Amino acid sequence: MGSDAVGTTSLKSSAYVKAAGWGRGLSTLLRITRMNLRHPWQVALAIGSTMVAVILQLLIPQLLGRAVDQTQVAIGGSVTVTAAEQALWTPALLLLGASTLRGLFTMAQNYFAEAVGHRVAYELRLACYDKVQRLSFSFHDRVHSGDLITLGILDLDGVRMYFSTALVRFFLLTMLIGIGACMMISTDPVLGLIALSFVPFVAWRSSVTQLKLRAIWLDLQERLSVLGRVMEENFAGIRVVRAFSAQAYEMAKFDIASTNALELAHEQVDVYVPNTSAMTLAFFVAMGLVLWIGCDKLIAGQISVGTLTTFLTFMTILQMPVRQIGLMVNGFARAYTCGSRLFSLLDQDITIGDASGARPLEIGEGTLRFDNVSFAYPGTGNRVILKNITFCARRGETIAIVGPPGSGKSTMAHLIPRFYDVTGGTIMVDGQDIRGVTLASLRKAVAVVQQDAFLFTTTIENNIAYGDPWAKEQPIERASESAQLHNYILGLPAGYKTVVGERGASLSGGQRQRLTIARTMMLRPSIVVFDDSTAAIDAATEQRIRAAIRRFAKDRVTIIIAHRLSSLKHADRILFVDNGEIVERGTHQELLAKRGRYKALYDLQLRPGDDIATTFGGAP
Amino acid sequence: MAKRHANELEIEPNDSGRRPPRAVVGSHRIEEEIFGRAFDKNIIRRIWAFVRPYRAMAVVSLAALLIFTGTQLLIPLIIRYAIDHAITPAGADASALLEAAVAFALAILVNFGAAYAQETVVGKMAENVLFDIRRAMFAHLQKVSLSFMDKTEVGRLMSRLQGDVNSIHEFLENSIYSVGDIALLFGIIFVMLSVNFSLGFLTLSVLPALLIIRIVWLPRAREAFMAAQETNSVVNGALAEAIQGVRTVQSMDRQYVNFVLYDDKAHADLTTHLTAARYAQVMVPIVDGLTGLAMAVVIVVGGSMIMNGRVDVGVLVAYIFYIQRFFDPIRSLTLQYSVMQRAMASGKRLTDVLDVRIEIQDKPDARILAPEMDGSVEFRSVTFGYDPKQPVLKNVSFRVNPGETVALVGPTGSGKSSAMALVHRFYDVQQGQVLVGGHDVRDLTQESLGTQIAMVLQEPFLFTGTVFENIRYHKTEATREKVIEAAKVVGAHDFIMRLPDRYETQLGERGGNLSLGQRQLVSFARALVADAKILVLDEATASIDSYTEMVIQKALRKLLEGRTALVIAHRLATIRGADRIIVLQNGQVIETGNHEKLMAMGGLYSKLYNLNYSSFDDIPEEEADPTGQAASRT
Ligand SMILES: Nc1ncnc2c1ncn2[C@@H]1O[C@H](COP(=O)(O)OP(=O)(O)OP(=O)(O)O)[C@@H](O)[C@H]1O
Ligand SMILES: Nc1ncnc2c1ncn2[C@@H]1O[C@H](COP(=O)(O)OP(=O)(O)OP(=O)(O)O)[C@@H](O)[C@H]1O
Ligand SMILES: [Mg+2]
Ligand SMILES: [Mg+2]
Repeated sequence: MGSDAVGTTSLKSSAYVKAAGWGRGLSTLLRITRMNLRHPWQVALAIGSTMVAVILQLLIPQLLGRAVDQTQVAIGGSVTVTAAEQALWTPALLLLGASTLRGLFTMAQNYFAEAVGHRVAYELRLACYDKVQRLSFSFHDRVHSGDLITLGILDLDGVRMYFSTALVRFFLLTMLIGIGACMMISTDPVLGLIALSFVPFVAWRSSVTQLKLRAIWLDLQERLSVLGRVMEENFAGIRVVRAFSAQAYEMAKFDIASTNALELAHEQVDVYVPNTSAMTLAFFVAMGLVLWIGCDKLIAGQISVGTLTTFLTFMTILQMPVRQIGLMVNGFARAYTCGSRLFSLLDQDITIGDASGARPLEIGEGTLRFDNVSFAYPGTGNRVILKNITFCARRGETIAIVGPPGSGKSTMAHLIPRFYDVTGGTIMVDGQDIRGVTLASLRKAVAVVQQDAFLFTTTIENNIAYGDPWAKEQPIERASESAQLHNYILGLPAGYKTVVGERGASLSGGQRQRLTIARTMMLRPSIVVFDDSTAAIDAATEQRIRAAIRRFAKDRVTIIIAHRLSSLKHADRILFVDNGEIVERGTHQELLAKRGRYKALYDLQLRPGDDIATTFGGAP
Repeated sequence: MAKRHANELEIEPNDSGRRPPRAVVGSHRIEEEIFGRAFDKNIIRRIWAFVRPYRAMAVVSLAALLIFTGTQLLIPLIIRYAIDHAITPAGADASALLEAAVAFALAILVNFGAAYAQETVVGKMAENVLFDIRRAMFAHLQKVSLSFMDKTEVGRLMSRLQGDVNSIHEFLENSIYSVGDIALLFGIIFVMLSVNFSLGFLTLSVLPALLIIRIVWLPRAREAFMAAQETNSVVNGALAEAIQGVRTVQSMDRQYVNFVLYDDKAHADLTTHLTAARYAQVMVPIVDGLTGLAMAVVIVVGGSMIMNGRVDVGVLVAYIFYIQRFFDPIRSLTLQYSVMQRAMASGKRLTDVLDVRIEIQDKPDARILAPEMDGSVEFRSVTFGYDPKQPVLKNVSFRVNPGETVALVGPTGSGKSSAMALVHRFYDVQQGQVLVGGHDVRDLTQESLGTQIAMVLQEPFLFTGTVFENIRYHKTEATREKVIEAAKVVGAHDFIMRLPDRYETQLGERGGNLSLGQRQLVSFARALVADAKILVLDEATASIDSYTEMVIQKALRKLLEGRTALVIAHRLATIRGADRIIVLQNGQVIETGNHEKLMAMGGLYSKLYNLNYSSFDDIPEEEADPTGQAASRT
């Protein structure tokens, strides 16, 4: 599966998988098997116990047969009834022993099989978590979070169950049938062969079913994730839904997704059930033949009634496992599907990571330099977002960036901590190409207050201390004072222990933005970017935050992206960005003197009471 | 801790194993009751309500199931018959053997048919019920009030609609089998006792032992299963959080700390699952031992009965068969017990969702807000708080006349967005009245109110789908021209045309492949397509530069003719031209009037306005004080 995306594109790859057939399936299953084998002791114990349990289980029909024969001996009259009665105790006790031991070994088999599965699940959980945390932004842009969550929960479970429901059961069945076959055939070849006649049929049906089920599983998983997405977005965007009274529309969306999935779920039943029933029928046919021909032989005196009992009990022992073949087949199919999906996540290349020989970033003067930087988002072809961006900022300087929506301001901010890698040119901090230093050191040195505030579902103080979880109370309060949040928080019933989250639903827009500012003020970065982070804050409050930011900015490089020009007119340099290019640059005064686009913007915002004052709503 | 890592992870070892005091992963709210009682009549009744529509199917499958169980019981009897006739000392009875063969053939055919019918019907029925329950919940959640949705995490709702619904599904499938198992159990007891009472009675005497053992085992096992469930939901919650917050995690460089914390949780999950597995498996040797015991009894007692000529050998064989089948239902009933418990707990949570009271409901005689209404909006002494004890709006009164554009300004957290939410009746006021088109919003149908109000929310939310689908949203009848026209008005057309597939470009999750300003424009266009009489713009242009904003305003001018607009903005230039400006502070209206009037008044507005223009270098700190302090205290 290499580096292909788990994205919306390749998670929808059932056609591809259908075509890929066994070979690909084997490699996925082999890989899961290898993961299981990383716990050799437990695997050995599980398999060993299975073997012993199978042998003990196969002893039971023999013992029963012997016991039944023994009851006939007395009838034959060769020994006394009491002696024969005495003789019955031996097989009875043996049966009791064999049965109990079998139970113990089955317990060990099941326990160790599950243990292996859980251990593998544990490792996979860690691997997924780690991967998800480190995959670059562009991966997360492409893959819906709901799909990833499904992957980490449901698909992981499918892989976990592989060892116990598929592999061990397969082994058990093979052993049971194999050893059983030897024993049966050596006792009576004809009857033995008849007893096992159902095996080829079952093997054939189950492999065909397995392939079909795989395809269905994969497809069903996708349809369910579409359904999941419809629901998730409905809840997350519930205000939009309500604002437009679009409930009926949303129900229709839901119904389409739901019906699609339901159809396939029914199809799965239609594939699964006839097959398991047919397999059971084949088994019973074999059993009927054993009974019929066995009785014939009994009449002819070729076998004893005990032997017939042995054969028949052997068949009953097989009855459960045969019924479970369906489950086993499903287990293989599911493990294959889930495994493929999971591995395509785990095999994702981490496109943004430490280069070989990367060294920690060394901060000296603390100069940030964009050198002829150009950029296009991965996977968007050649739609260039940034072209030839060049600028430089020294410690203590503030650079302001303005420009229309979509001009590339946030993109510029995201390039500095390497959320994305530049496609042309270089970004340097103190002369070191940021691609050549360790990611951890770079991100420690660069802090970005994101435009779109995300808060974790935890207390306010934990949210503020997110980047510095060792922090004491004092710095937290200081940061929240700087962000003009302290007084508000004190007014809350639970103060700093108030739980917020889910994108901060119960805070106002401005409160949320101030929380993210406070969160950044906790850090000690050399470069700090405020991406439109006061848009939802009134002028007076902003004013005070700005003062705090200024103190904070003294010994760092500060980049401010804003639309309110009062927020940035005192910057050391202002870059006006349009369509990915810097079209004007200079100080506020210089730009005003230029009478270009910045000036036009300034006029719109800053000159009170003239012609443009009447723009809104028409009436002055 | 490093030793616990899967070896292929590339995590640098931590210098100290200590966990940071303020770091948690995953929401730390404990999942409510995870295991319920195995039976809860009320919940069964609620689930039954969903099964009812399929009761014909249920009856069919139950009948098939009983037939299936019957054949299971019959087969050993046929075997007994065959064997007894095969070894009659008088010589073989060929016709009896043929009879047995025919009977067997019939039995297995019926068995096949019954199994097929029952599994298909049950399988499909369970799926139908699952989808129906999910649909009912989803539909209900479309109606419950926003205050419920505010409090409930999306992840939690999703686990109701996915996880819990699935355990009901599992329960339904299993409960049919349980019925089969119980029928089989009683069938076997009945047949064993009726074929030979004393032998049957002796064999069955091992049962009480099993019951006693189970009574001891159950509470412990239950606790272990419960713990496993709980750690599982904790781990999954933490993973979901990592996925959703990944951008913040990476930018704050929290990967390592989070990983260590997650490892703790994942490891706890492993431990509880291993314990649970131990408890589940310990029953196996007990049941098997008892099976062995029962067989030993049959052999010793039954054997001597045969020798004394009291029973035929066929009976012995049949008993052996029954004993082997006998413990199967007991075994699977044991397993199903935990399924049932889980289902009851899930059922409880599902019914909790289905029972969330719909606080905001249309009155029985609610009126339809006609499109011809004048479009006025009025607040009459409105007092409102999300928590009634802490009002967010206090005695707020204002009126927006038809066709007017009125702006709401004020410090952050002063209640502007909340006031807009009331216009749409997202929440009900505690005191006073909100009137739209002259009617109290509580007297109108929500549906008609919604169609007359279009909102651009402070936080632009877009759906996965194309740009076109997003702008059109629920107005499926809106033509392409209309969509493009709206996009042109808000100045989004140009950038959309530059996207790879123009209007057909697929948006990522939440519109992630657009810039925030672009998302705002798209959601603005969506509000215009809705073509409503009243337009509410909550910071609709906050992330948009003034130039683009001016273009929008010019284009809007024509569109707004005859419509009412309510505008919230922090950038005061945005609302300078409004007919009236209402200044909110601390949930109270403190000033009203147009720009000139408010400037002349020299109150909060003029201060905010001046601040917007001058720089912080020019303004002494105290100047900002009255508002600043107030803002922070709200
Ligand atoms: N869903 C909610 N549940 C509980 N409290 C809320 C909720 N939404 C807002 N609040 C609280 O109500 C108060 C008013 O919030 P509102 O969103 O109306 O402010 P606002 O004036 O729109 O502020 P901003 O300019 O920052 O957007 C705030 O203190 C906020 O914390
Ligand atoms: N994750 C992404 N994948 C693909 N394209 C993107 C992505 N993010 C942004 N873009 C595109 O890149 C361009 C620049 O976006 P960016 O977010 O940098 O704009 P911006 O200047 O910050 O705008 P705003 O003022 O609205 O925040 C836009 O055209 C946008 O559509
Ligand atoms: Mg941006
Ligand atoms: Mg607001």
